[in-house]
Amino acid sequence: MNENVQAIAQTQSKTRVDADMMGIAGAVLLGLVLLFAAGFAQASVLHDTAHDMRHAMSFPCH
Amino acid sequence: MTPPTTCATPCPSPATKQMLKQILTSAVFAGVAAGVLAALLQLWLVVPLIMEAELFESGQRVHFAADGSPQSDRGAPSVWDEPLRHIYTIGFSAVTFTAYAFFMVAGFALATRAGHEITPRRGIVWGLCGAIAVVIAPAIGMPPELPGAIGAEVVPRQVWYLSCVVLTLIGLTQIAFDGRSRVWITAPIFLLVPHLMGAPHLDTYFGVAPAELASEFVARVMGVALISWVLLGLFAALIWTRSEEA
Repeated sequence: MNENVQAIAQTQSKTRVDADMMGIAGAVLLGLVLLFAAGFAQASVLHDTAHDMRHAMSFPCH
Repeated sequence: MTPPTTCATPCPSPATKQMLKQILTSAVFAGVAAGVLAALLQLWLVVPLIMEAELFESGQRVHFAADGSPQSDRGAPSVWDEPLRHIYTIGFSAVTFTAYAFFMVAGFALATRAGHEITPRRGIVWGLCGAIAVVIAPAIGMPPELPGAIGAEVVPRQVWYLSCVVLTLIGLTQIAFDGRSRVWITAPIFLLVPHLMGAPHLDTYFGVAPAELASEFVARVMGVALISWVLLGLFAALIWTRSEEA
Protein backbone atom coordinates (compact mmCIF):
# COMPACT_ATOMS: atom_id res chain seq x y z
CA MET A 1 0.00 0.00 0.00
CA ASN A 2 2.68 2.39 1.05
CA GLU A 3 4.76 1.39 -1.94
CA ASN A 4 1.77 1.94 -4.23
CA VAL A 5 1.23 5.44 -2.88
CA GLN A 6 4.90 6.16 -3.29
CA ALA A 7 4.87 4.84 -6.84
CA ILE A 8 1.86 6.98 -7.72
CA ALA A 9 3.43 10.02 -6.13
CA GLN A 10 6.60 9.38 -8.13
CA THR A 11 4.66 8.95 -11.39
CA GLN A 12 2.73 12.12 -10.72
CA SER A 13 5.83 14.13 -10.00
CA LYS A 14 7.50 12.67 -13.09
CA THR A 15 4.53 13.65 -15.32
CA ARG A 16 4.62 17.11 -13.80
CA VAL A 17 8.34 17.44 -14.43
CA ASP A 18 7.87 16.18 -18.00
CA ALA A 19 4.97 18.57 -18.59
CA ASP A 20 7.09 21.42 -17.22
CA MET A 21 9.81 20.47 -19.69
CA MET A 22 7.18 20.47 -22.46
CA GLY A 23 6.26 24.01 -21.44
CA ILE A 24 9.89 25.10 -21.49
CA ALA A 25 10.50 23.39 -24.83
CA GLY A 26 7.33 25.03 -26.21
CA ALA A 27 8.59 28.44 -25.10
CA VAL A 28 11.95 27.87 -26.82
CA LEU A 29 10.20 26.69 -30.00
CA LEU A 30 7.91 29.74 -30.05
CA GLY A 31 10.93 31.96 -29.52
CA LEU A 32 12.76 30.32 -32.44
CA VAL A 33 9.79 30.73 -34.80
CA LEU A 34 9.33 34.43 -33.92
CA LEU A 35 13.07 35.11 -34.12
CA PHE A 36 13.41 33.42 -37.51
CA ALA A 37 10.47 35.37 -38.98
CA ALA A 38 11.57 38.73 -37.59
CA GLY A 39 15.33 38.47 -37.86
CA PHE A 40 16.45 35.87 -40.38
CA ALA A 41 13.86 35.00 -43.05
CA GLN A 42 14.95 36.37 -46.42
CA ALA A 43 11.43 36.60 -47.97
CA SER A 44 11.43 40.12 -49.39
CA VAL A 45 8.22 41.29 -47.71
CA LEU A 46 9.64 40.30 -44.29
CA HIS A 47 13.03 41.70 -45.18
CA ASP A 48 11.61 45.06 -46.25
CA THR A 49 9.24 45.59 -43.33
CA ALA A 50 11.73 44.34 -40.74
CA HIS A 51 14.62 46.17 -42.45
CA ASP A 52 15.26 49.01 -39.98
CA MET A 53 14.76 46.73 -36.98
CA ARG A 54 17.25 44.21 -38.40
CA HIS A 55 19.90 46.88 -38.90
CA ALA A 56 19.17 48.44 -35.51
CA MET A 57 19.37 45.07 -33.71
CA SER A 58 22.57 44.09 -35.55
CA PHE A 59 21.19 41.05 -37.35
CA PRO A 60 23.12 40.17 -40.51
CA CYS A 61 20.68 41.79 -42.96
CA HIS A 62 21.78 41.64 -46.61
CA MET B 1 -5.99 0.96 -5.47
CA THR B 2 -7.70 3.16 -8.07
CA PRO B 3 -5.62 5.50 -10.11
CA PRO B 4 -5.90 9.08 -8.88
CA THR B 5 -7.17 10.49 -12.18
CA THR B 6 -9.21 9.33 -15.14
CA CYS B 7 -7.47 11.37 -17.83
CA ALA B 8 -6.48 9.44 -20.96
CA THR B 9 -3.39 11.59 -21.23
CA PRO B 10 -1.52 12.81 -18.16
CA CYS B 11 -3.62 15.60 -16.64
CA PRO B 12 -1.72 18.84 -16.29
CA SER B 13 -1.33 19.41 -12.57
CA PRO B 14 -2.18 22.84 -11.16
CA ALA B 15 1.56 23.46 -10.78
CA THR B 16 2.12 22.73 -14.47
CA LYS B 17 -0.70 24.97 -15.61
CA GLN B 18 0.79 27.58 -13.33
CA MET B 19 4.21 27.13 -14.97
CA LEU B 20 2.78 27.41 -18.51
CA LYS B 21 0.79 30.50 -17.60
CA GLN B 22 3.84 31.97 -15.93
CA ILE B 23 6.00 31.37 -19.02
CA LEU B 24 3.44 32.79 -21.45
CA THR B 25 2.45 35.89 -19.49
CA SER B 26 6.02 36.79 -18.49
CA ALA B 27 7.34 36.36 -22.02
CA VAL B 28 4.57 38.16 -23.88
CA PHE B 29 4.11 41.15 -21.56
CA ALA B 30 7.83 41.67 -20.95
CA GLY B 31 8.70 41.11 -24.63
CA VAL B 32 6.14 43.54 -26.00
CA ALA B 33 6.89 46.21 -23.39
CA ALA B 34 10.68 45.99 -23.85
CA GLY B 35 10.28 45.75 -27.65
CA VAL B 36 8.16 48.88 -27.92
CA LEU B 37 10.49 50.85 -25.63
CA ALA B 38 13.50 49.55 -27.59
CA ALA B 39 11.85 50.69 -30.83
CA LEU B 40 11.20 54.17 -29.42
CA LEU B 41 14.86 54.44 -28.41
CA GLN B 42 15.86 53.23 -31.87
CA LEU B 43 13.56 55.72 -33.60
CA TRP B 44 15.21 58.45 -31.59
CA LEU B 45 18.86 57.38 -31.78
CA VAL B 46 19.40 54.74 -34.47
CA VAL B 47 16.81 54.94 -37.25
CA PRO B 48 17.77 58.53 -38.26
CA LEU B 49 21.32 57.26 -38.89
CA ILE B 50 19.92 54.39 -41.01
CA MET B 51 17.91 56.91 -43.03
CA GLU B 52 20.94 59.17 -43.40
CA ALA B 53 23.03 56.23 -44.60
CA GLU B 54 20.39 55.47 -47.23
CA LEU B 55 21.10 58.88 -48.78
CA PHE B 56 24.66 57.66 -49.40
CA GLU B 57 23.47 54.20 -50.46
CA SER B 58 21.18 55.71 -53.10
CA GLY B 59 23.74 58.27 -54.25
CA GLN B 60 21.66 61.30 -53.21
CA ARG B 61 24.66 62.22 -51.10
CA VAL B 62 28.25 61.42 -52.03
CA HIS B 63 30.96 61.44 -49.38
CA PHE B 64 33.93 59.93 -51.19
CA ALA B 65 34.27 62.23 -54.18
CA ALA B 66 36.28 61.26 -57.24
CA ASP B 67 38.86 63.98 -56.55
CA GLY B 68 39.88 62.14 -53.37
CA SER B 69 38.64 64.64 -50.78
CA PRO B 70 35.98 63.01 -48.60
CA GLN B 71 33.39 65.54 -47.47
CA SER B 72 29.60 65.69 -47.23
CA ASP B 73 26.76 67.43 -45.38
CA ARG B 74 25.65 66.11 -42.03
CA GLY B 75 22.00 65.59 -41.09
CA ALA B 76 19.31 62.92 -41.26
CA PRO B 77 15.90 63.06 -42.93
CA SER B 78 13.02 63.55 -40.49
CA VAL B 79 11.60 60.35 -39.00
CA TRP B 80 8.10 61.87 -39.22
CA ASP B 81 8.04 61.58 -43.03
CA GLU B 82 7.42 57.82 -43.20
CA PRO B 83 5.11 56.84 -40.32
CA LEU B 84 4.14 53.43 -41.74
CA ARG B 85 7.78 52.37 -42.03
CA HIS B 86 8.35 53.15 -38.36
CA ILE B 87 5.16 51.39 -37.27
CA TYR B 88 6.59 48.24 -38.91
CA THR B 89 9.83 48.81 -36.99
CA ILE B 90 7.94 49.06 -33.70
CA GLY B 91 5.93 45.92 -34.53
CA PHE B 92 8.97 43.85 -35.49
CA SER B 93 10.88 45.08 -32.47
CA ALA B 94 8.02 43.84 -30.26
CA VAL B 95 8.07 40.46 -32.06
CA THR B 96 11.86 40.15 -31.74
CA PHE B 97 11.90 41.03 -28.06
CA THR B 98 9.01 38.63 -27.43
CA ALA B 99 11.18 35.93 -29.02
CA TYR B 100 14.09 36.92 -26.75
CA ALA B 101 11.67 36.94 -23.80
CA PHE B 102 10.58 33.36 -24.53
CA PHE B 103 14.23 32.24 -24.38
CA MET B 104 14.89 34.22 -21.22
CA VAL B 105 11.77 32.96 -19.45
CA ALA B 106 12.55 29.37 -20.48
CA GLY B 107 15.90 30.03 -18.81
CA PHE B 108 14.11 31.35 -15.71
CA ALA B 109 12.06 28.14 -15.56
CA LEU B 110 15.16 25.94 -15.88
CA ALA B 111 17.07 28.00 -13.31
CA THR B 112 14.13 27.84 -10.88
CA ARG B 113 13.96 24.05 -11.26
CA ALA B 114 17.67 23.85 -10.52
CA GLY B 115 17.07 25.76 -7.29
CA HIS B 116 18.21 29.25 -8.33
CA GLU B 117 16.11 32.20 -7.31
CA ILE B 118 14.87 34.75 -9.87
CA THR B 119 14.61 38.32 -8.59
CA PRO B 120 14.15 41.59 -10.49
CA ARG B 121 17.77 42.56 -9.74
CA ARG B 122 18.98 39.23 -11.08
CA GLY B 123 16.71 39.80 -14.07
CA ILE B 124 18.81 42.86 -14.88
CA VAL B 125 21.95 40.69 -14.89
CA TRP B 126 20.17 38.19 -17.15
CA GLY B 127 19.40 41.12 -19.46
CA LEU B 128 23.01 42.30 -19.48
CA CYS B 129 24.14 38.78 -20.40
CA GLY B 130 21.53 38.72 -23.18
CA ALA B 131 22.90 41.94 -24.63
CA ILE B 132 26.45 40.58 -24.44
CA ALA B 133 25.47 37.33 -26.19
CA VAL B 134 23.16 38.74 -28.86
CA VAL B 135 24.74 42.09 -29.73
CA ILE B 136 28.13 42.83 -28.17
CA ALA B 137 29.98 39.53 -28.70
CA PRO B 138 28.80 39.09 -32.33
CA ALA B 139 29.72 42.74 -33.01
CA ILE B 140 33.39 41.87 -32.34
CA GLY B 141 33.34 39.74 -35.49
CA MET B 142 30.62 41.51 -37.43
CA PRO B 143 29.95 45.10 -36.36
CA PRO B 144 26.35 46.26 -36.97
CA GLU B 145 26.20 47.52 -40.56
CA LEU B 146 24.59 50.59 -42.03
CA PRO B 147 22.47 50.17 -45.18
CA GLY B 148 24.76 50.40 -48.20
CA ALA B 149 27.55 48.44 -46.58
CA ILE B 150 28.50 45.44 -48.71
CA GLY B 151 29.24 42.32 -46.70
CA ALA B 152 29.98 38.66 -47.36
CA GLU B 153 27.14 36.26 -48.31
CA VAL B 154 24.27 36.65 -45.89
CA VAL B 155 23.71 32.95 -45.01
CA PRO B 156 27.28 32.21 -43.79
CA ARG B 157 27.11 35.44 -41.78
CA GLN B 158 23.81 34.36 -40.21
CA VAL B 159 25.34 30.97 -39.36
CA TRP B 160 28.38 32.62 -37.77
CA TYR B 161 26.16 35.08 -35.91
CA LEU B 162 23.94 32.33 -34.46
CA SER B 163 26.94 30.14 -33.56
CA CYS B 164 28.55 33.09 -31.78
CA VAL B 165 25.32 33.78 -29.84
CA VAL B 166 24.92 30.13 -28.78
CA LEU B 167 28.59 29.62 -27.78
CA THR B 168 28.64 32.91 -25.85
CA LEU B 169 25.44 31.90 -24.03
CA ILE B 170 26.99 28.55 -23.08
CA GLY B 171 30.11 30.30 -21.76
CA LEU B 172 28.10 32.85 -19.76
CA THR B 173 25.74 30.18 -18.40
CA GLN B 174 28.70 28.14 -17.17
CA ILE B 175 30.17 31.17 -15.39
CA ALA B 176 26.78 31.99 -13.83
CA PHE B 177 25.58 28.55 -12.74
CA ASP B 178 28.34 25.93 -12.86
CA GLY B 179 30.22 25.84 -9.58
CA ARG B 180 33.00 23.51 -10.72
CA SER B 181 36.44 25.08 -11.07
CA ARG B 182 37.03 23.68 -14.55
CA VAL B 183 34.56 26.37 -15.70
CA TRP B 184 37.40 28.89 -15.65
CA ILE B 185 38.99 26.91 -18.47
CA THR B 186 35.92 25.85 -20.47
CA ALA B 187 33.92 29.10 -20.33
CA PRO B 188 36.69 31.27 -21.88
CA ILE B 189 37.04 28.65 -24.61
CA PHE B 190 33.34 28.91 -25.47
CA LEU B 191 33.56 32.70 -25.40
CA LEU B 192 36.69 32.84 -27.60
CA VAL B 193 36.05 30.10 -30.18
CA PRO B 194 33.74 32.13 -32.48
CA HIS B 195 36.32 34.91 -32.63
CA LEU B 196 39.25 32.54 -33.18
CA MET B 197 37.28 31.02 -36.08
CA GLY B 198 36.47 34.52 -37.31
CA ALA B 199 33.38 35.89 -39.04
CA PRO B 200 33.02 35.77 -42.84
CA HIS B 201 34.51 38.92 -44.40
CA LEU B 202 35.23 40.29 -47.85
CA ASP B 203 38.81 41.23 -48.83
CA THR B 204 37.75 44.72 -49.87
CA TYR B 205 36.12 47.75 -48.23
CA PHE B 206 33.06 49.07 -50.05
CA GLY B 207 31.57 51.55 -47.57
CA VAL B 208 29.99 54.65 -49.13
CA ALA B 209 28.92 56.32 -45.86
CA PRO B 210 31.27 58.53 -43.80
CA ALA B 211 33.24 56.67 -41.11
CA GLU B 212 31.79 59.04 -38.48
CA LEU B 213 28.24 57.97 -39.37
CA ALA B 214 29.11 54.26 -39.21
CA SER B 215 30.87 54.55 -35.84
CA GLU B 216 28.04 56.63 -34.36
CA PHE B 217 25.61 53.97 -35.59
CA VAL B 218 27.55 51.07 -34.04
CA ALA B 219 27.94 52.80 -30.68
CA ARG B 220 24.24 53.68 -30.52
CA VAL B 221 23.10 50.19 -31.57
CA MET B 222 25.10 48.73 -28.68
CA GLY B 223 23.92 51.34 -26.18
CA VAL B 224 20.27 50.91 -27.13
CA ALA B 225 20.66 47.11 -27.05
CA LEU B 226 22.10 47.25 -23.53
CA ILE B 227 19.26 49.43 -22.23
CA SER B 228 16.59 47.38 -24.03
CA TRP B 229 17.94 44.05 -22.76
CA VAL B 230 18.20 45.36 -19.20
CA LEU B 231 14.55 46.45 -19.44
CA LEU B 232 13.59 43.04 -20.85
CA GLY B 233 15.34 41.22 -17.99
CA LEU B 234 13.81 43.52 -15.41
CA PHE B 235 10.25 43.29 -16.81
CA ALA B 236 10.42 39.52 -17.33
CA ALA B 237 11.73 38.90 -13.80
CA LEU B 238 9.18 41.29 -12.26
CA ILE B 239 6.25 39.53 -13.95
CA TRP B 240 7.81 36.11 -13.29
CA THR B 241 8.18 36.72 -9.54
CA ARG B 242 4.71 38.32 -9.29
CA SER B 243 3.03 35.35 -10.97
CA GLU B 244 5.03 32.97 -8.77
CA GLU B 245 3.59 34.65 -5.68
CA ALA B 246 0.04 34.74 -7.12
